[in-house]
Amino acid sequence: MNFFQQLKQKPWAAEQGAIDDLHEGGEFFLPTPQFGLRVFLGVATVLFTLFIVVYLERMGFPDWRPLHEPWVLWVNTAVLILSSVAFQWAWINADRGHNMDGVKNGLLAAGGFAFAFLAGQFWAWRQLVDLGYYAATNPANAFFYLLTAVHALHLFGGLVAWGRTTARVWHGFEAEKVCVSVGLCAVYWHFLLVVWLVLFGLLFFT
Amino acid sequence: MAYAGPAEAELVPPAETEDEDLYHAKSWVTKYVFSQDAKVIAIQYAGTAIAIGMVALVLSWLMRLQLGFPDSFDFIEPSDYYQFITMHGMIMVIYLLTALFLGGFGNYLIPLMVGARDMVFPYINMLSYWIYLLAVLILVASFFVPGGPTGAGWTLYPPQAILQGTPGAEWGILLMLVSLALFIVGFTMGGLNYVTTVLQARTRGMTLMRLPLTVWGIFVATILALLAFPALFVGAVMMTLDQFLKTSFFMPAIVEMGEHLSYGGGSPILFQHLFWFFGHPEVYIVALPAFGIVSDLISVHARRNIFGYRMMVWALVAIGGLSFIVWAHHMYVSGMNPWFGFFFATTTLIIAVPTALKVYNWTLTLWKGNIRFTVPMLFAIAFIITFVNGGITGLFLGNVVVDVPLSDTMFVVAHFHMVMGVAPILVVFGAIYHWYPLITGRMYNEAMAQFHFWVTFIGAYMIFLPIHYLGFLGVPRRYFEIGETSFIPESAQDLNKFITIFALIVGFAQLVFLFNMVRSYFKGEKAEPNPWKANSLEWQTSEFPPGHGNFGDELPLVYRWAYAYGVPGADEDFVPQNLPPDQVSTGKGNG
Repeated sequence: MNFFQQLKQKPWAAEQGAIDDLHEGGEFFLPTPQFGLRVFLGVATVLFTLFIVVYLERMGFPDWRPLHEPWVLWVNTAVLILSSVAFQWAWINADRGHNMDGVKNGLLAAGGFAFAFLAGQFWAWRQLVDLGYYAATNPANAFFYLLTAVHALHLFGGLVAWGRTTARVWHGFEAEKVCVSVGLCAVYWHFLLVVWLVLFGLLFFT
Repeated sequence: MAYAGPAEAELVPPAETEDEDLYHAKSWVTKYVFSQDAKVIAIQYAGTAIAIGMVALVLSWLMRLQLGFPDSFDFIEPSDYYQFITMHGMIMVIYLLTALFLGGFGNYLIPLMVGARDMVFPYINMLSYWIYLLAVLILVASFFVPGGPTGAGWTLYPPQAILQGTPGAEWGILLMLVSLALFIVGFTMGGLNYVTTVLQARTRGMTLMRLPLTVWGIFVATILALLAFPALFVGAVMMTLDQFLKTSFFMPAIVEMGEHLSYGGGSPILFQHLFWFFGHPEVYIVALPAFGIVSDLISVHARRNIFGYRMMVWALVAIGGLSFIVWAHHMYVSGMNPWFGFFFATTTLIIAVPTALKVYNWTLTLWKGNIRFTVPMLFAIAFIITFVNGGITGLFLGNVVVDVPLSDTMFVVAHFHMVMGVAPILVVFGAIYHWYPLITGRMYNEAMAQFHFWVTFIGAYMIFLPIHYLGFLGVPRRYFEIGETSFIPESAQDLNKFITIFALIVGFAQLVFLFNMVRSYFKGEKAEPNPWKANSLEWQTSEFPPGHGNFGDELPLVYRWAYAYGVPGADEDFVPQNLPPDQVSTGKGNG
């Protein structure tokens, strides 16, 4: 039953009491780890949304000079998509439970691509700095560094989880637990991919 | 009639749910220092919050000394005064109240009240506290850096926050922003736990609408905090960059000490929007847990079911939702479009509806109740009075035309101290006295507690009622000294002395409170389990005070809501949530 429907219940009424006594406790609608991740993704969504709102607001001021995004961002985007795909692949294999080589390869590929993405982002920064696009020169530049850095930090946090999951897969494991961890990472990776596509679109078109 | 549980024949045994894996500490350090037990984390949070709160209390004394007796204290320079104001405000709102209500009471009460063994992510919960402690330490460190802490006012408005002339514009502000960002990271970890635990870890029979209102208050407040703190985070990060890397997110072209700075084009108003998009919900982040707790205190100590439970829940949710669309009422004088102000005035006044509803319901719960004037009850009643008082001046300030002349006067100071300073702190005290026997297993000293209550309650009014009047006279807030002005009579200065004396008295009364807490912990009378005869699960644990894992071998089974007081036919005047229906009435009691 959805949250707001439950708010209509009358806990003091005998009829409702008979129904409530059957309540089994436990999960609301998702297993706890997945639910916790969704809550975190909600907070992260608010954070990125606020950054975007502030970006759009600040853009309206006359001193805004759009910068030319380095071409390497296109490559980075492709790499991040591959990372997400690899995670999905690892998850599907973990879900089936029997193809552990597939899980391992998927995880390695996902992590490799993610590191490559971060390196690529750093390279993009270097390119911009070489071209003289300093953060203090113009707010458009500052926002570019800020948004990419916040996104990269989130991905970096994800890589910590990725490292723990990968270590677990290598050191013997219960297939079920690995599947949960890989699934959580995969969802987080897809989320960060969507965030990146939105941010990239925003940076590119403005 | 309150529902006490089905007849035995109707009872269907609820399905068993698997107990979660519980982390068991292996050493003293993991048990009491790097603890993953929510109860220990709660005490750590509360202890740290109260300790830093004492610093803020002393700062308020210093401010009052200056205001009451200007020119008498050489060691208080104007720049010191600004630093005291800033640190007092920020500490009280964020590092004391937010941390104490959510990190302290949230951690202690949520698992116990929903019937869980612990928070769902204990490790993250532990990290939450240690990051909070780090944030506090960084904040304290700002007292010792060159230039001292920031004196920008707790709102930290740019451009002045990071310009020379404002105290602490170099190191102080930087440490403040870093500390806030860390606080938010730490809080998010805790908040994740509170929300997920309430929704996912309730025991069998504990439906959402059977939760005590304390849990509801903390739950809704946590959601607000999770959604609102990111705005402060964004503002803090961007201002850090403005200060450190000389970007111009918020900084306009500006001359400092006769010198053109490299800033240009930024919007200080943008920061104000971000700050208040966080800042207004913050009021309710502090108020909603207080609402929830006070509902339970009133119900328990008046031996009556809470009046209009459903409405109370709806009001909490409604206030939570509305709190996100009123923020610009803090910015009426920022030069906004009058229609914009009109919109925010309307939403602000609409909030009075669910809030008034709660006040009516508390009063109606008291009506014909079997009221026990215990110390928690006194604090609860004092809260209702104070909250109404502060709420009504809020209606004044919510209107643009009334707010504009009163803006930046002492009236605003009086209003927000009543509504989100004194009122929530009264609930904090009430709650500490109420749950003290549960936490320590001992009773507090009644005489000292009564003394603490009356001095605090009456003293708070002696301080803040006159401040309203000073505001009407036009005495500006945040001024080091008024000096001689034509529109402020000399008698205002006498009033300032009066206020200062009471501020000192009320402050010292808090030392009595602390002494009582410490002394009773060692020498207090041993409390019997469930001394208030309350229904909610935290009082029904097998061990008293509750031990590791909260409940014994089996998690409790819940048969009813937490407000079954005075149920006709029952043996006692209270029916605990987990009392099996066949034991409610055995015929031997007073039924």
